[in-house]
Amino acid sequence: MGSQVHGTQEFNKNKRAETKFSEEAMAAVKEIISHYPDSKIKSALLPVLHIAQAEFGGWLSPETMDYVAEVLKIKPIEVFEVASFYTMYNLKPVGKCVLEVCQTSSCWLNGAEDIIKHIEKKLNIKVGETTKDGMFTLKTAECLGSCGTAPMLQCGASYHENLTYDKVDKLLEKYKADNKLRSYTDLDYNNTL
Amino acid sequence: MAKKLLIHNDKVPGIATLEVYRAHGGYASVEKALKTMTPDQVTDEVKKSGLRGRGGAGFPTGLKWSFLAKPEGVARYLVCNADESEPGTFKDRYLMEVVPHALIEGMITSSYALGAKVSYIYIRGEYFYVARIVENAIKEAYAAGLLGKNILGTDFSHDCYIHVGGGAYICGEETALLESLEGKRGNPRIKPPFPAVAGLWGCPTVVNNVETIAAVCPIVNMGGDEYAKIGIGKSTGTKLISASGHINKPGTYEIELGIPVEEFIYSEEYCGGIRNGKKMKAVVAGGSSVPILPTELILKTAKGEPRLMTYESLADGGFQTGTMLGSGGFIVMDEDTSIVKNLFTFTRFYHHESCGQCSPCREGTGWMEKILKKFLNGTANESDVELLWDIQSKIEGKTICPLGEAAAWPVAAAIRHFKQEFLDIAKSKKFVDVSHYNRLNKITA
Repeated sequence: MGSQVHGTQEFNKNKRAETKFSEEAMAAVKEIISHYPDSKIKSALLPVLHIAQAEFGGWLSPETMDYVAEVLKIKPIEVFEVASFYTMYNLKPVGKCVLEVCQTSSCWLNGAEDIIKHIEKKLNIKVGETTKDGMFTLKTAECLGSCGTAPMLQCGASYHENLTYDKVDKLLEKYKADNKLRSYTDLDYNNTL
Repeated sequence: MAKKLLIHNDKVPGIATLEVYRAHGGYASVEKALKTMTPDQVTDEVKKSGLRGRGGAGFPTGLKWSFLAKPEGVARYLVCNADESEPGTFKDRYLMEVVPHALIEGMITSSYALGAKVSYIYIRGEYFYVARIVENAIKEAYAAGLLGKNILGTDFSHDCYIHVGGGAYICGEETALLESLEGKRGNPRIKPPFPAVAGLWGCPTVVNNVETIAAVCPIVNMGGDEYAKIGIGKSTGTKLISASGHINKPGTYEIELGIPVEEFIYSEEYCGGIRNGKKMKAVVAGGSSVPILPTELILKTAKGEPRLMTYESLADGGFQTGTMLGSGGFIVMDEDTSIVKNLFTFTRFYHHESCGQCSPCREGTGWMEKILKKFLNGTANESDVELLWDIQSKIEGKTICPLGEAAAWPVAAAIRHFKQEFLDIAKSKKFVDVSHYNRLNKITA
């Protein structure tokens, strides 16, 4: 059985010594802020948190959240209350690839439970855990809008649908070989792996 | 072939690009509305069309638009609800992914009618890659002068932005969506005031579903009266249906409202019948929150008339023997399916997604999940069926937003139509999931 990884150093290559957006990320943040009236930049919070999560190792540490508060000129608690409400923000360190297997009705009707068990066995972890090498975190998700192509899992921006054991095995191998942090904001999503 | 108005060109290569979309008649409604019609005339056509909100509630769109307050000097907004999260529903994703310009076109034409200078498309965070596709379409529209200042040389200027959510079913409720768009937790607001009076940042706002907004284009093009000729009675036009579960051909289908349910399930044009030669046991016709119906009641009403794919026919008989068209999330279950286990996945979903503001929903959904779990591990008693019924009846109507009802109705309907299944498990103290083998067969293929 794998253990929950608590330290981020082990696998968190993207984590900078200093909590500060890269130039590219800052440009994206500014673009998002420009979508709202000047007095309403708090509206940018959700999309900016996605960028922050992708920038700083796949999760939102207290430091990251404080930094986002500073950038958007709001109180840290306003960031935390939002980050803790929505399911896509990780408040604890996670693996480079977070596998989110949908388990609601249509996915259950089409074998999601067995897919979950298969991944648990394959990675030697339970739902909610991260592999020792920090590569994978396994989660369950509620309806991801892929009911007609069930069962499915999401990893970063990519939707992997009509899953079979064979497909899952190949996917895990591919992700392991790539050894890359997968974020929701990835531009190179690939739904057909 | 049935009439299609929204995804009729979905198989055309490159239809996601502006060039191909326009070559196939795209953005005609923008040309027509901005150059030859007043905003009120556009609203009138939508009223005449009888279009009803496609997100689930089915409220007349033209009427909703006419409620929009228009005080001088105050900004008005159009917000597109692309937070599609109702289990069983994936039609908006299909539309945005395949014909993203149909949504942008609808946003421009609708915003013109409403006098909105800025609009937002609130898209669920999990659909990040879909947001990229829509974002590209927006960029193309700007480059072609279809968005931005003086659209197509007219006086109308408009900016449209994407706003990506953070993963929360509740944000599909329009006031929770607005809270979320303001950068807050998705807690639904107490109504009134309605968004039409005080919506985004306190300004008058219309919130419409993706499919509703896209439907405005054909309505403007063909005229509201022509559109109203499609369908039956107050169910006018076409509707996207997301079909999933144990059918041969799951997917997104555009139907003319009014076709028989039986045709939708069994014809080759649509679902293609039940997989593996099995018999059908039950259907959830409009997304997880609408009442589940057994085969005999989904195919025919209690009066013995064929059940049709319309708002009225599906609701015939009330909740005793009917259901709702809802979002069009059509989940079909075969004879081996455990209704109790399926209900458990629904209830777990609602417990997970309750925002926690109202006690009956926050606590009740958790209690119902726990009790259903007892059925699955064989420790439930017969009295637990009554307890479940009691809890769901005490959630309904006692919460700020409809998530309470959405969580209560599936429980009530499962007990109403399949009580014996609950009792059998409680008596035998054993839950056997007979459909397990079928599922395993699919994923080991």
